[in-house]
Amino acid sequence: MGETRDISLTINGKTYSETVEVRFTLADFMRQQLGLTGTHLGCEHGVCGACTILFDGNSARSCLMLAVQADGHEITTIEGIAISDDELHPLQEAFRDNHGLQCGFCTPGMLTTLIEFLRDNPDPTEAEVRIAISGNLCRCTGYQGIVAAALDAAKRLREANAA
Amino acid sequence: MKPPPFSYYDPANVEDAVKLLGTLENAKILAGGQSLMPMLNMRYVLPDHVIDLNKIEGLSYIRDVGDALEIGAMTRQRDLEFSEIVQKRCPIMHEALLQVGHRQTRNRGTIGGSLSHLDPAAELPAICAAHDAVVTVQGTNGTRDIPFSEFPAGYMTPSIELDELVIGIRLPLWPEGHGYGFVEFARRHGDFAMTSAAALLEVDGGGQITRASLTIGGVATAPLRMTEIEEALVGGDGSEERFRELCEACRAIASIGDVYASAEYRQHLATVLSRRALVKAYARATGKA
Repeated sequence: MGETRDISLTINGKTYSETVEVRFTLADFMRQQLGLTGTHLGCEHGVCGACTILFDGNSARSCLMLAVQADGHEITTIEGIAISDDELHPLQEAFRDNHGLQCGFCTPGMLTTLIEFLRDNPDPTEAEVRIAISGNLCRCTGYQGIVAAALDAAKRLREANAA
Repeated sequence: MKPPPFSYYDPANVEDAVKLLGTLENAKILAGGQSLMPMLNMRYVLPDHVIDLNKIEGLSYIRDVGDALEIGAMTRQRDLEFSEIVQKRCPIMHEALLQVGHRQTRNRGTIGGSLSHLDPAAELPAICAAHDAVVTVQGTNGTRDIPFSEFPAGYMTPSIELDELVIGIRLPLWPEGHGYGFVEFARRHGDFAMTSAAALLEVDGGGQITRASLTIGGVATAPLRMTEIEEALVGGDGSEERFRELCEACRAIASIGDVYASAEYRQHLATVLSRRALVKAYARATGKA
């Protein structure tokens, strides 16, 4: 094992204190050391977007960060999105209802990316959705279902916020 | 696809970072990580030491100082994109930023990192060239200012010493109402541009161009100011035909070619995109956009 550091960070509301090898990416740390395998690794050089997480509320590629850089920070992954064990997030519901996923590999990155996007832009156009997910590669759906799900989720979230 | 072993440092201030740079052999600076981390994952670079700048406070700022913007090296592309100062005072930078990678990468990527990495097709170096930016670097012997025209030493190589660090950028501003246009051609949204063009124009009440800046990215080994076209533009009108003729000069740029686009194709793109950027800038300068 190479050089290590002790870090403490919050993931999905839970605090983890761990000793981590400094060369470990945040994605590998979460997957291999913490067992949080919901975050997927596709290309590992920042192109495919599958490893997208929310870092202090903003989307980031967890393959392009070192785990040591997350010391003291707050992270949300796909595992932390659902409202409870029994209730999905409206975005997840919309993905299910609109066939927004097939194999599911890109889905964790799609959802984290869209959670930030719909927070910043609650009433997007289709073109804006397409630009928002332009950094997330999907090889199954042809994106149609994902775009439909994002627009549907935007509507559901607006209605929920208005209620 | 894993970074090689290295020692990790996260200094709390620039002085300590520079001291480390001056004493450690084979060290790399980690800013936003959107270029270095892929290179580490693929082991294109094998540093013995990584110096992370993210703990340094005071390197992230956007200041309007009247005739210029001052931007800290660790200012994230996201912060520039959402900055009202940038949108109002340096609108071409805003237009270019929307084509820099994706939301996820702009949230982390920094302006200082982009300038230090100096990819010839990167948008922010092209904007710095267009605006005659001045780059401030700090080394063990203190700070010095480098005009952007002298900043690239070659392909992806800034003219800074091994113990020097980019700490800030000064961007001289054009007067309010100037015309601007940034256009690029890439296969997919968010990719590095095969070729980009950045145009700035000042136009008098009669529609005559009084000042021009035209920069081509992704063709030469670093962003290239087309000074001869700029000089020929001044004093003339803003007809597209005239732009078309003058931009033919872009075919003579000593061009890089790679698997994505040949040198000839990039030269062709440069002639087309520079014209489009000028048309856009002229329309904005004359209130027609």
